Amino acid sequence: MALYRSGLDPWADPLAALQRIQNEVNRAFGGTRPRAAPEFPPLNVWRGEDGVVVVAEVPGVALGDLEITVHQNTLTIRGRREPDVGGADVTFHRREREFGAFARTVTLPFHVDPDQVRAGAHAGILTIELPRPEAEKPKRIEIKTA
Amino acid sequence: MIDQTSGQQPVAEDRPETTRNRPVFSPPTDIYETADALVVSMEMPGVEPDGVDVTLDKRVLTITGVGTSVEPEGFALSHAEYRVGDYERAFTLSENIDRDGIEAALRDGVLRLTLPKVKPAPAKTISVKAG
Repeated sequence: MALYRSGLDPWADPLAALQRIQNEVNRAFGGTRPRAAPEFPPLNVWRGEDGVVVVAEVPGVALGDLEITVHQNTLTIRGRREPDVGGADVTFHRREREFGAFARTVTLPFHVDPDQVRAGAHAGILTIELPRPEAEKPKRIEIKTA
Repeated sequence: MIDQTSGQQPVAEDRPETTRNRPVFSPPTDIYETADALVVSMEMPGVEPDGVDVTLDKRVLTITGVGTSVEPEGFALSHAEYRVGDYERAFTLSENIDRDGIEAALRDGVLRLTLPKVKPAPAKTISVKAG
């Protein structure tokens, strides 16, 4: 076994041995595994009895630059991240932020009335409240005994 | 670490642990230089203006931000692609910065710092008097 190297007693510190295995696995896979392009914006979805709240991190995007559409049970968020560089005569030291068009689609567990949907953005966090229509709410069925 | 949650910002490593049990992210940053200033723009979604702290100590510019979370009452998180945490980054500046002229603006979760360069002192002619 390659893991039991001479001079190293794996039982002296089992956590260190595990850590070493993890490091080796990460080294073997971490560098070669192609990372999927991160989806923008990242979404957190909150579910409750009264509906769904979708929260997204959209730094640098104003609410006016977002297009939120609801069709039946599909929510779509579209927008564009524009670079805020002023002037052409600039030299970049670091360029880590990403810009361009984005779109995300969320399939909801119920049909939504578009007039009931409320959206707000604050500090780069977009919140979309999607209430569940009364007709779509689960109904309690009374069981009658004969 | 093998990180499958690709949408998450990288967690800042190699620094002492924080007392608060929440991640500290290394926010994506653009830095560019114009003729008279250095501009830093950093994505910090969820940070309020009073949650940002910018310090320039000698040549080290440190920016920290405390993220606020949106937790709708009566709802349970069923799908998560990002975590709420704090932000921290530090840069060593090579330019001489006019400390009193630093401007910071936070808009839509993006912090924009304008660090004006120190203007070179105008050349001074020293007249030599004959003794």
